[in-house]
Amino acid sequence: MPVTSSPQGTPIWRLRTTRTQWLGYLAWLAGACLFLLCWKVISDNTMWVFVEDAGRQGSDLISRMLPPQWTYAHRLWKPMWDTMNIATLGTALGIAMAFPVAFLAARNTTPHPLVRSAALLIIVSSRSINSLIWAMLLVTILGPGVLAGIIAIALRSIGFVGKLLYEAIEEIHPTPVEAISATGAGRLQVMSYGVLPQVLPAFAGISVYRWDINIRESTVLGLVGAGGIGLQLNAAINSLAWNQVSVIFLMIFVTVLASEWISARVRHAIT
Amino acid sequence: MLTLTQVTKRYPTGDRALTDIDLTLPAGQVMALIGPSGAGKSTLIRCVNRLVEPTSGSIRLGDTELTRLSGRELRRARRAMGMIFQEYALVDRLTVMENVLSGRLGQVGFWRSFLRRYPADAVIEAFRLLERVGLPQAIDKRADALSGGQRQRVGIARALLQDPQLLLVDEPTASLDPKTSRQIMRLIRELCAERELGAIINIHDVALAQQFADRIVGLRAGEIVFDGSPEALDAETLTTIYGEEEWDTQGQPADDETSSVPAPPQHLSLATGGTS
Amino acid sequence: MTRQAMARAGQWRRLPLIRDPRLRWGLALGGLVYLLLALSTIDVNWARVAEGAGRGLNFLAAFTQPDFISRRGDILDGILESLTMTLTSTVIGVALAIPVGLGAARNIAPLPVYYLCRGIITVSRTFQEVIIAILFVVMFGFGPLAGMITLAFATIGFMAKLLAEDIEDLDWRQVEAVRATGASWWQTMNHAVQPQVMPRLIGLSMYRLDINFRESAVIGIVGAGGIGATLNTSISRYEYDTSAAILLIIIAIVLLSEYSSSHVRRWTQ
Repeated sequence: MPVTSSPQGTPIWRLRTTRTQWLGYLAWLAGACLFLLCWKVISDNTMWVFVEDAGRQGSDLISRMLPPQWTYAHRLWKPMWDTMNIATLGTALGIAMAFPVAFLAARNTTPHPLVRSAALLIIVSSRSINSLIWAMLLVTILGPGVLAGIIAIALRSIGFVGKLLYEAIEEIHPTPVEAISATGAGRLQVMSYGVLPQVLPAFAGISVYRWDINIRESTVLGLVGAGGIGLQLNAAINSLAWNQVSVIFLMIFVTVLASEWISARVRHAIT
Repeated sequence: MLTLTQVTKRYPTGDRALTDIDLTLPAGQVMALIGPSGAGKSTLIRCVNRLVEPTSGSIRLGDTELTRLSGRELRRARRAMGMIFQEYALVDRLTVMENVLSGRLGQVGFWRSFLRRYPADAVIEAFRLLERVGLPQAIDKRADALSGGQRQRVGIARALLQDPQLLLVDEPTASLDPKTSRQIMRLIRELCAERELGAIINIHDVALAQQFADRIVGLRAGEIVFDGSPEALDAETLTTIYGEEEWDTQGQPADDETSSVPAPPQHLSLATGGTS
Repeated sequence: MTRQAMARAGQWRRLPLIRDPRLRWGLALGGLVYLLLALSTIDVNWARVAEGAGRGLNFLAAFTQPDFISRRGDILDGILESLTMTLTSTVIGVALAIPVGLGAARNIAPLPVYYLCRGIITVSRTFQEVIIAILFVVMFGFGPLAGMITLAFATIGFMAKLLAEDIEDLDWRQVEAVRATGASWWQTMNHAVQPQVMPRLIGLSMYRLDINFRESAVIGIVGAGGIGATLNTSISRYEYDTSAAILLIIIAIVLLSEYSSSHVRRWTQ
């Protein structure tokens, strides 16, 4: 009981009882120990000589980046266009695949619990593996190029779109679905009249949101050879042309900000 | 026309929702089903079109045994039964016309319905029904832009577009104000008369039931405790249906209400739940 | 003819989503042209694909017999490093995100602080973790420290933005009620703001822990420590059975953390 009596008989109020208080302290202590242990692992694997040097390295880096080599910018339009295409086509492909998966994964539309488990497995695998890892794999299979990037983005998007969409499907009102079934409609008709209209706004919002994340993701796919502006970034870093790197950074910054703005506007208009 | 024999429904949790229901509905009869919340009214009408699967017993519509149908046959049988819901159950983001036309889904292939290419006779009939319920201007409005009474009219038009032999009506007035409730009940009654439709209407409001039904069936804790004409329903039978006695035996002050007024259903469902 | 008259005659079509036919067809045409242009930029070297197809099959086959053994030392070191980076970066990142988030909430921060904090958030959110990792590797040298700082920096942007939005949406009446008792700024924060944002903050931290682990698997590619380096090596050497083992471990850990974070969230709410 939070309210106890002191030996004099006056009631004392505490937020928690003594036991829970001690458990709380203990949990904090365990957490702190774990953190310190992790920190030790990291510091053992770190060359502290380099770290002491970090400030000088950082200012050196900035001085090399400035001023940006603006003339380099006109060679970036094509890679930037590729990057946008990777994101857009990848998103389109991803949502096309995620759509059926979500319906199979939602508790109220799945044909069978086993199918549901399989769909959930697809979603979690896709979510766990970063698009850059997919890209590394696909580059060794398909060869370097835009196609590997598009498929990598698509594979990663399945999990994201699939998860949010199946959660939206599970939250629909059941009565319109019941009413459509009561008319003698077939299974697909129940989906297209009872379920689909209810989840369409959420679906559009999720897709645009993922598109904006994919723009950001696709800027680095070139680092492993999967096309887009990352290729230029990789080349510029390898040749230590930091004044070109800064131009690329600015370009990415502006593009990502613009896509985020568009996505926010679209989502705002939908809901 | 509709015959229920020994229909029992037990939920997986073990709750018995319906026990040995025997009921016959002749063609063209409008029957009101009254009883406290949790008495099994909704379960009963949902067993008829198998939105809820009955545990045992037989349900026959004409010559068809409904409980044994599967897949395609069940969908064909459902076409013959129009259903009207408490919360209207319209698809909010579709237009009024799309909602009404969805009554024809059982007779139209998937792609036709997906592309909204309904046959001309379905469109003509849908529009005629919308005129009949008084909403011809609203065809392109979205369902969520309508008032409660208007939505229920759309729900009625949808059920009638199925060209059913039987209407299953689940608390049609529970979300409506008293005046609109009357209008809706009168409309249902008139449409049943025009088309010689049989109907089972679940209803809370005993006065409305007495005014608009040919026959009243009282359900309590999943069993039929009254079956007769509206005139035969007196204070005593209402007490049997709504369990006023148990209300009294729990030591509640009995002097606040007379026995002819049904007590609040939420208390009753608790009281009757213990006995079933 | 009105739509009513047409419907009476049996003619009815769904209303198009966009009323203006010129706009509708213009958008459709524009979409088509973009699609064709975008698809034309894909250049596929079919000979290369045919050659790689065998490798693709090998990779799929590897999932049926993943090899945890032959590189177990590397895998174990990598996973441990990833996990430690994940934990420390989340703790540090969340701790730093709280002041930044407070500063980025328009309703409690003065304008200059607001702009500064919003700037930090924007920079941190715009750049993919790998890009930030490249810079920190140059500054701090190869190894997990650079990775940890990268993830902590990304965590600041993510958490601070959501925290700021939460604070901007909070129930102002409670804050006024506490202020009316004569509480100081700190007391107001502690008694009126913290209780309102805390449950979501904990939930988001758990979610970020999950994201940081997944990201820690890729920043190793540019030398920032963690399992990514091992994975990268195994893929470029075509040792797909080892890659499959690593991917399976990542999936298992993500599943585990998702499962436990749903428990933690239920417990805090």
